[in-house]
Amino acid sequence: MPHVPHEIRLRAQERGLYRSDFEHDSCGVGFIAHLRGEASHTIIQKALQILENLEHRGAEGSDPQTGDGAGLLIQIPHGLFRAEAQRLGFTLPRRPGVYGVGMVFLPSDDELREQVEAMIEEIVREERQDLLGWRPVPVDLTACGPNARASMPTIKQFFVGPGTLTADPNALGRKLFVIRKRIENEARRRGLEEDEYPYVCSLSRRTIVYKGLLTPEQLPSFYADLADPRTETALSLVHQRFSTNTFPSWSRAHPYRRIAHNGEINTLRGNVNWMKAREPVLEAPVFGEDIEKIVPIVDPRGSDSAMFDDVLELLVHTGRSLPNAIMMMIPEAWQKHASMPPERRAFYEYHSCLMEPWDGPACIAFTDGRQIGAVLDRNGLRPARYTVTKDDLVIMASEAGVLDVPPDNVRAKNRLQPGRMFLVDTAAGTIVDDAIIKEEEATRRPWQRWLDESIVTMGEVPPAPRGSVPPPLDDASLRRQQKTHGYTKEDLRILMAPMAKDGKEAIGSMGNDTPLAVLSDRPQLLFNYFKQLFAQVTNPPIDPIREELVMTLRTTLGPESNLFEESPLHCRKLQLHGPILENEELEQIRALDRPGLRTQTLSGLFDPHAGPKGLGIALERLCRDAERAVQQGATLLILSDRGHDRDRAPIPSLLATSAVHHHLIRAGLRKNCGLIVESGEPREVMHFCLLIGYGAGGVNPYLAYESIGALVREGVVDEVSVDEAHRRYVKAVEKGILKVMSKMGISTLQSYRGAQIFEALGLGQSFVDRHFTGTPTHLDGVGLDTIAAEAIARHEEAWRRVRLDVVDDELDPGGSYQYRRRGEHHMWNPTTLATLQHAVRSGDYAKFQKFSAKANESAARSTIRGLLELAPGREPIPLEEVEPAAEIVRRFKTGAMSFGSISAEAHETLAVAMNRIGARSNSGEGGEDDARFEPDENGDWRRSAIKQVASGRFGVTIQYLNAAEEIQIKIAQGAKPGEGGQLPGHKVDEKIARVRHSTPGVGLISPPPHHDIYSIEDLSQLIFDLKNANPDARITVKLVSEVGVGTIAAGVAKAKADVILISCGSGGTGASPLTSIKHAGSPWEIGLAETQQTLVLNDLRGRVRLETDGQLKTGRDVVMAALLGAEEYGFGSISLITMGCIMMRVCHLNTCPVGVATQDPRLRARFAGQPDHVINFMTFVAEEVREIMASLGVRTMDELIGRVDWLRPRQDVDHPKAKQLDLSKLLHRPEVDHAISAVREQDHELELAMDTVLIEQARPALERGEPVEIRMPIRNVHRTACTMLSSKIARLDAPLPDGLVRIHFTGSAGQSFGAFLADGLDVTLEGDANDYFGKGMSGGRLVVYPPEGSDFPPEENIIIGNVSLYGATKGEVFIRGMAGERFAVRNSGAHAVVEGVGDHGCEYMTGGRVIVLGTTGRNFAAGMSGGIAYVLDVDAAFAGRVNKEMVELETLTSEDLAFVRSLVHRHYERTMSALAWRVLSGWKKESRRFVKVMPTEYKRVLTERGELRRPSHAGRTA
Amino acid sequence: MGKPTGFLEHERALPDRRPVDERVKDFREFERHLPIVEVQAQGARCMNCGIPFCHQGCPLGNAIPDWNDLVYRDQWREAIAALHATNNFPEVTGRICPAPCEEACVLNINDDPVTIEHIEMEIADRAWEEGWVKPEPAETQTGKSVGVVGSGPAGLACAQQLARAGHAVTVYERADRVGGLLRYGIPDFKMEKHHVDRRVAQMEAEGVTFRTGVEVGVDVTMDALRETHDAVVLAIGSTTPRDLPIEGRELDGVVFAMDFLTRQNKAVAGDAVPDPISAKGKHVVILGGGDTGSDCLGTSLRQGAASVTQIELMPRPPESREEAQPWPEYPMVLRTSSSQEEGGERDWSILTKAFEGEDGKLKRLRVARIEWVEGEDGRKRFEEVEGSETTIDCDLCLLAMGFVHPEVDGGLGVDTDERGNVAASLSDFATSAPDVFACGDARRGQSLVVWAIWEGREAARAVDAHLMGSSALPSSPRAA
Repeated sequence: MPHVPHEIRLRAQERGLYRSDFEHDSCGVGFIAHLRGEASHTIIQKALQILENLEHRGAEGSDPQTGDGAGLLIQIPHGLFRAEAQRLGFTLPRRPGVYGVGMVFLPSDDELREQVEAMIEEIVREERQDLLGWRPVPVDLTACGPNARASMPTIKQFFVGPGTLTADPNALGRKLFVIRKRIENEARRRGLEEDEYPYVCSLSRRTIVYKGLLTPEQLPSFYADLADPRTETALSLVHQRFSTNTFPSWSRAHPYRRIAHNGEINTLRGNVNWMKAREPVLEAPVFGEDIEKIVPIVDPRGSDSAMFDDVLELLVHTGRSLPNAIMMMIPEAWQKHASMPPERRAFYEYHSCLMEPWDGPACIAFTDGRQIGAVLDRNGLRPARYTVTKDDLVIMASEAGVLDVPPDNVRAKNRLQPGRMFLVDTAAGTIVDDAIIKEEEATRRPWQRWLDESIVTMGEVPPAPRGSVPPPLDDASLRRQQKTHGYTKEDLRILMAPMAKDGKEAIGSMGNDTPLAVLSDRPQLLFNYFKQLFAQVTNPPIDPIREELVMTLRTTLGPESNLFEESPLHCRKLQLHGPILENEELEQIRALDRPGLRTQTLSGLFDPHAGPKGLGIALERLCRDAERAVQQGATLLILSDRGHDRDRAPIPSLLATSAVHHHLIRAGLRKNCGLIVESGEPREVMHFCLLIGYGAGGVNPYLAYESIGALVREGVVDEVSVDEAHRRYVKAVEKGILKVMSKMGISTLQSYRGAQIFEALGLGQSFVDRHFTGTPTHLDGVGLDTIAAEAIARHEEAWRRVRLDVVDDELDPGGSYQYRRRGEHHMWNPTTLATLQHAVRSGDYAKFQKFSAKANESAARSTIRGLLELAPGREPIPLEEVEPAAEIVRRFKTGAMSFGSISAEAHETLAVAMNRIGARSNSGEGGEDDARFEPDENGDWRRSAIKQVASGRFGVTIQYLNAAEEIQIKIAQGAKPGEGGQLPGHKVDEKIARVRHSTPGVGLISPPPHHDIYSIEDLSQLIFDLKNANPDARITVKLVSEVGVGTIAAGVAKAKADVILISCGSGGTGASPLTSIKHAGSPWEIGLAETQQTLVLNDLRGRVRLETDGQLKTGRDVVMAALLGAEEYGFGSISLITMGCIMMRVCHLNTCPVGVATQDPRLRARFAGQPDHVINFMTFVAEEVREIMASLGVRTMDELIGRVDWLRPRQDVDHPKAKQLDLSKLLHRPEVDHAISAVREQDHELELAMDTVLIEQARPALERGEPVEIRMPIRNVHRTACTMLSSKIARLDAPLPDGLVRIHFTGSAGQSFGAFLADGLDVTLEGDANDYFGKGMSGGRLVVYPPEGSDFPPEENIIIGNVSLYGATKGEVFIRGMAGERFAVRNSGAHAVVEGVGDHGCEYMTGGRVIVLGTTGRNFAAGMSGGIAYVLDVDAAFAGRVNKEMVELETLTSEDLAFVRSLVHRHYERTMSALAWRVLSGWKKESRRFVKVMPTEYKRVLTERGELRRPSHAGRTA
Repeated sequence: MGKPTGFLEHERALPDRRPVDERVKDFREFERHLPIVEVQAQGARCMNCGIPFCHQGCPLGNAIPDWNDLVYRDQWREAIAALHATNNFPEVTGRICPAPCEEACVLNINDDPVTIEHIEMEIADRAWEEGWVKPEPAETQTGKSVGVVGSGPAGLACAQQLARAGHAVTVYERADRVGGLLRYGIPDFKMEKHHVDRRVAQMEAEGVTFRTGVEVGVDVTMDALRETHDAVVLAIGSTTPRDLPIEGRELDGVVFAMDFLTRQNKAVAGDAVPDPISAKGKHVVILGGGDTGSDCLGTSLRQGAASVTQIELMPRPPESREEAQPWPEYPMVLRTSSSQEEGGERDWSILTKAFEGEDGKLKRLRVARIEWVEGEDGRKRFEEVEGSETTIDCDLCLLAMGFVHPEVDGGLGVDTDERGNVAASLSDFATSAPDVFACGDARRGQSLVVWAIWEGREAARAVDAHLMGSSALPSSPRAA
């Protein structure tokens, strides 16, 4: 496989859509340490073994012999180096710790290498240290893969002896840090690229890093040092990488100098900006003048982990302890933690004034060579398990079982918990308890007193001066102001009124079919040129409602002090409870004038009569004013557009904010002040998010308040007072902001602020570089002139010469959400929609061509593909030579629409139609009636060929999965990427409840994340699980287009998806917040092109098929998609339209008048769609495709795929804004000769799964129904045990009787143990298991207990990992021991007994029974809408750990008690649990301690249905 | 928005019209009002469509869902504002429009459409009653002057828009009262004339000058007008009736419908009618099955005709929508007008071959039954049914077969298109003569009142832009 030369990669960045800074990685991480610090070579051997056992968490790229990187960090092997030095002719000091060792990657080119070495020597000399010598690191080139070899550096070590330094033992460490920073800076200055090196893996007096582009097995043979028995260490940090990219990069392997990281820093862009902004205020006495040498603190070329490492290292060098620095960078969720000690809260609050959290899912293992530890993010979204042995080893890793420890040697087995720190102090010989570390930090200084003295809350700020709050506007002025800011009737009626009335954002449905802002004919707000980014795959979004306890909008504003010191002045800041300020609050702040908190208001207006130039002038003036104000001591700046009038127009608020923000960063002043925006412009959630995302700490939307006041007075918002309406509006905005943050997996506003989690679409590169620095903008586009012209147009509209008739008083109709003739253009309009329906109903192709002409015309003014055309120059061929339409339609699919969101009639009509022509319909997320799995008598098949697996896992059983040709994992949905969903109770009728395994009348929640996909390696696991569950089905992963989706897709391809769907941000939905429909996700053209380019560049394209969807309507659309890289095509809204949908956009109201998207039987009776209508449409499109193919001289569709060279920008674009776009990046074709379309299948390696053995052994049961017993050992590398066997069982004609196949495993089971287990299996695991135990369990029984010989108390130790029984529908589970976080999440039918659970137990549960015989973590029963949990309240504190939003706590009835007792008894029988025995033997007393957790709605419905008295209602295992 | 479930809770309901035996005795309007709550319930039936096809079906682009919702929510004042935003004379269109909006209503797919037209009338009537409709003179005058020729719906709408934009507008009308077809074409039983008077008064208060009895080309030349005004708008309607030049056409008793209707309207208004045409005691035959024919029918009945027969060359339309005319198109179906409810006979596929009379007076028509067949070119042609020829007794034959083009031979100095209409495009409404514009039926040929108003409004915007460089007058562009 050819190595992709650096230049090509660079060109791909310059000319294409690929950007290396989008790369993500995540992986397996672990460490091993000797508790008392005894160094040995054994530790290294064990560390390597850990690494090997984590290998399945890594990935392989196009070259299977080259991994994504692996490495380990150890203590400096003094013995080895001293001997080696001697051999090489130089001497090392006698004692370790007084000299430094640098492990460095150098250029492979000899000449260059010599220059670099000289440079390093020079720097060491300049820092007045001695370079003791160089040592070429012995490596075995044959041990690494060809790609790795091609990019391999020369690897050397250099030794630095102490020169002139102070007596401080840390002085050497700091000096080494300075030297390293200087090497990096100097290399950058000389223009040396990362691939050309030097890269310093480590330079320390305590630790050294061995890493590279290697697989774990290769590591010890590649680095001879690691196999050398003289290499000894007491601790080792290991890491195995899974990157979304495969560009060989030796330096991006972990560990870094202090950390190894499994996770993602979502707020990175903001953290880096803020760090940059801090540099001018940094002063560290310990560094003295050296401080200048270490900036930039963050190496801009690094990965997120490297950047984190950079900052952590600096903090430690300036005197902070390692735990302190970690606590500051990754604080716990302290704001809403009621039971946290007050001192610790004060610690966090104080430190929140110093630095914003580095937020995102993370497991960070860290060490300074003496202490070694790990910490999880505040939400615990990464797995980490540890074992302490009786012989003093501590083993921590992403999963259990990475090292064999005999049961009788285990002292304790546990897991890391969210926000908790796990720290081993090898010097002190102890494991330091989280509480103790934090107690120490919490009491080290009088944090609370400092806070009390310095921090200013709004309650402490004097009331606003009398008369300072402006009076309400009169009607005419209000209208003028609204027009000035481009308000439309829709803004008021559709967006704002519901917020003011209900306190939440309005819901809409169907997709977005309006033009991109840059193509619109109407003046656009600057806000509309941005799209929200969102998390997909590489990190999970958060549920801002059910997991609210980790989220906060609290923030502080004001100047920041030197990061390296601690003083009361550091928290002299203004604290806000939320970012949205009422008028009164703003005036309070405006009047602030006290030391450290002085407010100054700056006017953000410009002269509209001066034309576009006026805006530029005003913007520059505003930036200068801001700079001067800060220099003169203002610490709070209010950017205000109040006072606009006939001659002064408001600067677009986002532009004012971001321009000042970036100007102050560049001027080194940003950290001296907080920014508040006072503007009439922001009104919807997206606006606020953008303002905050580009630096605002507070926003006062004064005109929104005024407008709501008017709505109340007019009675549009009724039953509330103006004040209350304002409060509700603010609440709605804040909820919306939380939601947008959560989509990206960001939990604190402080981290979101300035994090710029957006991409620009249609804004010019230079404009963005200047005012929105760092924001990606793929297609170039308009700049300040256009933005100014649009602002001026609004201003003119407001102030035009005469008052006309009543019409003039009216606002612009908008027409963005609903079609209006005077409003925004819609691709679905009366003409296109009606013409299409006429065509498919009459079967008239000529009519369809009329439709497609209209639709293409409409696309030309709305979409990017509309700006492209086929490049001329090919010979046409006769139409007959082109492959038939019947072949082409096989590539067509309908969109994922659940039965539940659409009616049974519509769902089945689609399925029948698509099955008739060999195309595929998609079940959506909602299960499917078993009755549909068999063909009808007339030969029609009502089952959907594609079965979707989404976060709710509704109806995802082993039978469902086996009734699929294709299984689609929905990571995100175009209309609302990063969000969950909710099916309101009134839509859950008997049938829907049955197929979703829930209760009729009870609402259902789909969580925002898949709780088994927090990272790319998790996705890889889920793909493997599903492939096991149905080896014949293709696995598709559905992503939504956004900047960076290409790199995600590369990861997904490596995770072995068979198909990747790049869905358009404009996609449809049954219900989604309007903000999401409009503002999240980008056009498929960009996402598809980026994906195609990235996959081709990485040589991954050949092994995966691409699919796209989003407003595809015509043959032209399909051909465009094919040329841009897609092999398959999805039709969503349009397939509904063919069946009669008339785009009411009321799917969420259940009132669809044509019976498509409703469950109301009266309306379903009106459904008039026919399979033939759908078939006509699909065939027509295929015919059009054929015609275009004939004109291109192409016989098969395969020839079209990826031929971007056959496209060119349309020559006749005359739209003034569209003309400014540059589409060349979209049409870039990487200069490599890799495959540009799918040419082979993924290798899922199913034949290696242990189930092949199980199936063989179970043959008598499968074939003849005879009982079978199997006994087998198991290891953590054996993943997804029993699932392929379950697939075999699911395909039998009749279910197996209970317990026909009994399997007994011993050992540590890998992930997804017993996933999708089928009836008839009775599986016992003697040992322990990792994450996703019993995922999707569909029957049978799972039993786990500790191995014989172990003597730790099981109920205090973790025996199974996180996210067990996710989406289980049936079955029985007995667990002797504790489970991790999210036990029984979304369980809808399984019965389980467990002896303790972590946080978020029984989350989103909808059915089944869970008995917990021990403690639970926090947030128990969040979002639980069904089923019952019985918890033994051992510490009488359970009630405080329950999320009571949806459940009630009750005492048990006699039926409950009988049920619990019998199940606990069975638990005892199966596991011999001592705890169960205690409970049973003391039943009279113990039974009173049980608490019943009962979902309120569930109880109501059961009572109504008279089912409450039967506790086993949900049905136990057969 | 209406109420999301409104259409499931309420059935379509219209007020009862006045009973036939009562209403044929006078010329008062037959429309009645519904109780307010009933109107609101009808508004609640509106489904707040993502694509309101009604809004497209309406030539004016009325924001129908918006005002339906406002009515539902009892916000009548806002409702009239929303209505006025696209329509100068909703009290007119609420009465006499064939309501293509209702055909296009989404509820009309599989249910009964919202009573859009009736709601429109209720809003307008309520607004007048409450005194919400006031003159809205321009804040400032532009100093430009515009002459509008013709005071039908197009001319009036155009004049009102131009006046509100600050231009000095003079409307020239050759008849002695303002209103054109509204005044003289539409019988009072469909729309009483005080509706027109009120609007004229409003427009006068807004600064529009009306000059009646002035025929351009006769009383004043076009050149003179162009001298006087910065721009001239021709809104002269399409007033040349289609004739039937067959044997006996000259007989006394063969009359153009408009001659008949105008006289009656004048009589109702109390004006002197020197040469009346009456149907009293006569056998009346109306040629033409359209709205004008129906108006003749209602008028004849009220005048006391002995019998009235309305015959039509075209075949009888189907009872309900046919596949070839799917929703949301305006279908050719059998409709029964209010006049047809009142009496008379209707027949279709009848060819009138000759008028026969005695002493120069019409006595009967010679007619034959025809059959429509599709020719080889795909066009429909008729063939006479052999042996079907017969006669119908007739003293008064009213020719209601439509209008062919405007009367432009009077020296207006503008080019016409191949159909004889004033040539002017929709983009600028400009005619071949400098500073002269045309709109309404004069430009597009005979059509609906809603089209006339739309044309008047759009032309006003074009004229304003022509005079001022740009126009802030609203536009309701024809849909995509």
